Amino acid sequence: MLLSIKSLNVYHGYVQALRNLDLDVKKGELLAILGANGAGKSTLLETLAGLHRPAQGEVMLEGKPITGKSPDYIVKHGISLVPERREIFNSLSVLDNLLLGAFHRYRSNKGTLSDDVAEIIDIFPALKGREREPAGTLSGGLQQMLAIGRGLMARPKILLLDEPSVGLAPMVVKEIMSTLAQLKNSGVTIILVEQNTGAALKVADRGFVMERGHITLGGTSQDILSDSKVQQAYLGRKRMQTAAAL
Amino acid sequence: MAFINKNHFWPGIILFLLIIPLITNSNYLLSILIIIGLYTIIVQGLGILMGYAGQISFGHAAFFGLGAYTVAILTTRFHSPTVLALLGAALLPGVIAALIGRPTLKLQELYLALATLGFGLLVHIGFTEGMELTGGPSGIAGIPYLSVGSFVFDSDIKFFYLVAGILILLSAGIKGLIESRVGRALRAIRESEHAAETAGIDTAALKLQAFIFSALLAGLAGGLYAYYITFISPSPFSFHASVQFVLMAVVGGLGTFVGPLLGAAMVVALGEFLRWAIPVVIPNAGGEYQIIFFGLILVVLMIFQPEGLGALGKRLKPATQKLPGEGYSTKIEAEKEGGL
Repeated sequence: MLLSIKSLNVYHGYVQALRNLDLDVKKGELLAILGANGAGKSTLLETLAGLHRPAQGEVMLEGKPITGKSPDYIVKHGISLVPERREIFNSLSVLDNLLLGAFHRYRSNKGTLSDDVAEIIDIFPALKGREREPAGTLSGGLQQMLAIGRGLMARPKILLLDEPSVGLAPMVVKEIMSTLAQLKNSGVTIILVEQNTGAALKVADRGFVMERGHITLGGTSQDILSDSKVQQAYLGRKRMQTAAAL
Repeated sequence: MAFINKNHFWPGIILFLLIIPLITNSNYLLSILIIIGLYTIIVQGLGILMGYAGQISFGHAAFFGLGAYTVAILTTRFHSPTVLALLGAALLPGVIAALIGRPTLKLQELYLALATLGFGLLVHIGFTEGMELTGGPSGIAGIPYLSVGSFVFDSDIKFFYLVAGILILLSAGIKGLIESRVGRALRAIRESEHAAETAGIDTAALKLQAFIFSALLAGLAGGLYAYYITFISPSPFSFHASVQFVLMAVVGGLGTFVGPLLGAAMVVALGEFLRWAIPVVIPNAGGEYQIIFFGLILVVLMIFQPEGLGALGKRLKPATQKLPGEGYSTKIEAEKEGGL
């Protein structure tokens, strides 16, 4: 097991955001975490990235505990978060943003960093030629690609993505999702938090539905897609089915 | 500023500053320039702390004073070589900053401001009350001139060039720092601390380093100050001075390259100007009038140029050349040649 989460409990002040959450992630998987606002999806990713310290529970990466470690330790050991709302560095150039993703290995890998940047530009060709522009001048879709690129520059074993589709045109969402599928095929394990259930399950191997801090439903993407509750609550299929039955 | 050739601008300014002592024989002007130079050293460090690490220190006068007293005590009591004492003047505040910063910088927001505020007041009381070591309110006199080998910095002109040289080296060093891997991380913290953390930057460690660096510079300036005035007492190292340093950093413009120099020059020159001008305009006016006008002018300045004097150049440039919030150009050319 690449990542194993056991009975994780996380609080925001007095509010419990994660309740006894268990999750196992295999190498090379693409997981989709679904659920309504406030279900604890972002908290889960941020806890894995070291931004929240769990009250109880354990997170093991390749059999070693990383529970409660600092964000820089966790990035160094192979988990990289692409945060909600992208949070790129607007006034810094696209190139600087990418290089910051490789902050922890900048000294040791200095010679190969330009190759790594070229590789990211290959994955997101739309960024080509804009390396020197301030990242804040990019469109929303390009900013999201840059945020993913910055995450990849850390050379993570696991890439965490928090709602990459927010505020983007359907075409761009499609492009980003197919890029995620490519990344998965190249061996990166991905945990994807999404409100866009349909788009996420199309590329995911497995899906999990979170409600009030824990996972209430889990299975292959096919299982989740055909679950009647998911169809009702997240895909809005009920009316369509009723219409078909008539 | 678009009409000035960028390549000639900085060398021109530096050259102009360097020939000032040759065209004036006013010791008053030189002494003001030297004091501006010493404050600029402090504000350069403070600017990194405030402009990039996003922290405020209200205790930098204490580091400035610790540097000055280190030099005074080491040279007058222990007859230590002057260069060695200057080294001590920078190191001691650095070590103390590490001790204060380690517990406080892990916390958010204003904890460092509060800790340094208390620390500054304590140190000032220490200077005033520590009779045996610090000479109490009357201070320490008879500090020797700084000497390197057989060369003694015993005149204003020599000291002017010493401070100018240190400033040029320091500015080049800071420019290099901001364009380096660490500087890129500092700029990222300025932009979004949260995102910087997720990119794997140890923000607490970087802030601590910025704080230590700023204290080192304040101590260095303090040591130089002691060698220049050759007499020190507690009064230039009070809380009021700490606030002035913060003021200089803000007026000059945070995160800009020339901000510290412009801020220090503005605050010092404005103070001197008002001391001369107020009695001329309002006869029989007391010192409080100077403070009122000083405050007014700075308020007006901050209303019309909130980014500080250092950002004026950017405002004058055509809009197409402007990078939002960018004080420094990125190091792309160098990175292109050197393989990043």
